[in-house]
Amino acid sequence: MTQQVDVWDRRLAAGLAFLRRRLAGAYEVDEFGFDPELTDSVFYPLLRLLYQRWFRTELRGVENLPATGPALVVANHSGTIGLDAMMLAVGVHDAQHGPGPRRYLRLLGADFLFRAPVLSELTRKSGGTLACQPDAERLLRGGELVGVFPEGLKGVGKPYRDRYRLQRFGRGGFVAAALRTGAPILPVSIVGAEEIYPKIGDIPPLARLLGLPYFPVTPTFPWLGPLGLVPLPSKWLIEIGEPIDTTPWRGQVDDPLVVFNLADRVRQIIQQTLYRLLDERSHRLRPRPDAHSDDPAGHRHAAPHAAAGSI
Amino acid sequence: MAPPPRPGTGQVVAVTGVGRYLGARVASRLAADPRVDHVIGVAAEPPRPELAPLLERVELVEADLVTDAATVGALDPDVVVHLGVVTGPDSGREDRGRAWMKEQNVIGTMQLLAVCQRATRLRKLVLRSSTAAYGASFNDPAVFTEETEPREVPRGGFARDILDIEGYVRAFRRRCPEAIVTVLRLAPLIGSAADTTLTRYFAQPVVPTVLGRDPRLQFLHVDDALDILHRSVVEDHPGTYNVAGPGVILLSQAIRRAGRVPLPVVESGLSSAAAIAKRLGWYGFGLDQVDLFVHGRVVDTTRLTKEYGVTPRTTAEAFADFLRGRVPAGVLSAERLAGVERAVLAGVRRLRRWAPVGQGRESG
Repeated sequence: MTQQVDVWDRRLAAGLAFLRRRLAGAYEVDEFGFDPELTDSVFYPLLRLLYQRWFRTELRGVENLPATGPALVVANHSGTIGLDAMMLAVGVHDAQHGPGPRRYLRLLGADFLFRAPVLSELTRKSGGTLACQPDAERLLRGGELVGVFPEGLKGVGKPYRDRYRLQRFGRGGFVAAALRTGAPILPVSIVGAEEIYPKIGDIPPLARLLGLPYFPVTPTFPWLGPLGLVPLPSKWLIEIGEPIDTTPWRGQVDDPLVVFNLADRVRQIIQQTLYRLLDERSHRLRPRPDAHSDDPAGHRHAAPHAAAGSI
Repeated sequence: MAPPPRPGTGQVVAVTGVGRYLGARVASRLAADPRVDHVIGVAAEPPRPELAPLLERVELVEADLVTDAATVGALDPDVVVHLGVVTGPDSGREDRGRAWMKEQNVIGTMQLLAVCQRATRLRKLVLRSSTAAYGASFNDPAVFTEETEPREVPRGGFARDILDIEGYVRAFRRRCPEAIVTVLRLAPLIGSAADTTLTRYFAQPVVPTVLGRDPRLQFLHVDDALDILHRSVVEDHPGTYNVAGPGVILLSQAIRRAGRVPLPVVESGLSSAAAIAKRLGWYGFGLDQVDLFVHGRVVDTTRLTKEYGVTPRTTAEAFADFLRGRVPAGVLSAERLAGVERAVLAGVRRLRRWAPVGQGRESG
């Protein structure tokens, strides 16, 4: 009789305890402001809906994620509002296998995120911090997985016609952080984010007024109002590449050529993988071999890779 | 020329700012230490009566550093502990506004260091600085180490004074390389007995915050601050050190733990409120606080732990001690919340016994 376990009772008790902890401030945050409890119980469940149901994301190369120790995850950036960063964080957190606790991807964000009220706090509480050398190195020294998008705003805010063409990789600061800490670099290619908000225009005066880097115009935004904020449900593929060991160059942070070359190598890997994944996705969606023949340069070079990758 | 040997075995320590709580406590601790021969407390005016018991074994010298720093030089001390840095204008006195504060901090320190440079016997200078030395900017790293340079000149008066003071100390180090100089950058002080702008802030029933900002804060327990200051005098620890309780507490968390109710205000509103308050001569809340509440401030204490071999109480522990000692329980105390939680759970259970939901049950 009393041996029966009441599921709803347990859920209610857990929910109330959560509320009480939040209201009493009885939870911990780390020195960057990361709040694991809030991330696990509020942010990730919401993002997971988008990740699984809306974008039907496929994650590959999970075995390349280290179970412990630091790694610098370097990915392409796109999609007008940077949803790809959040999807990558959810994917890495959920897909991680092996023993040990689940890991969080600590994202590095541009300074405008931290200037904006509310946004700054959401970024910190979900594990993000400012993209700068001291923060990147501090996280890596602490053994964290750190996510960085070297294209930065040039990547997120690029027009739709430039989709899947990687922008310049900043000043290679991410390579320096990896070299100083000896962390391996994991190149990650994300396909799908480019189509969620096809940016076909920009209204600079509005952007200046709102303090944003740009004010995007898409086929639905701002014409349909809030409805225009709904991302288009593209199919996403994320591939985590093989880790690049940076320890051979560990003492050579001050040699700019070493840094540029390594940054370029990472960029090449991501670009090649993007073309291969794109090709594969288009084959799967529309099994016509000439589907991309009118697309910008680059796809033709990727053809051999596509053949190898789509077996 | 070497100074003549002083009678006695110990050393003479001059402590400035004994008219206030921190100075009086440090002087009192040093006076009780057998390794220190003689403690001289310097204050611009007689110390507050409640501090008198602390200063029984301290020789008091009345001198305003701004006009009369030479008095400290005439004492010929071995060690000068400069605690006469004012964190804010005196809200009780009309003639003690920002101008007075700047005078005390910047000119006072400048004069004191000039005298120290000439003091023949001076071996060591210990200075109370603040983590406000790192300024406040959106390009700041999350955690400041001692090497971090401020990226923007801060808006707050105290922070600006601290930058000036540290500049003078740098110059002093250059000119007197043989002197041991210890600069302690203290996080905001808190504790069951401390009375500071921040402790008064958390004691209000409704506390103003900046809308859309939840800064990361660090506190330093007063007893740990005293301990580090004390040890800086009797041991030699040259260098600059961050002194803060490890760990971080968010402002929202601190407010909830104190059982207070936050009142979010848009930042421009808070800044103009601070300006109006200043105009009215009410200095409880200034741009120093607005900056802190927008940007937060977290420092790395690795160097302190390595050099002194101690770790201060964590920020969370220091804050808990402050709550135990000073703050009357707020409307949203942890006990009350736990009570509400139990009541709601019991209520729902009772309701569901009347109208049981069959699907949720499984045998276990």
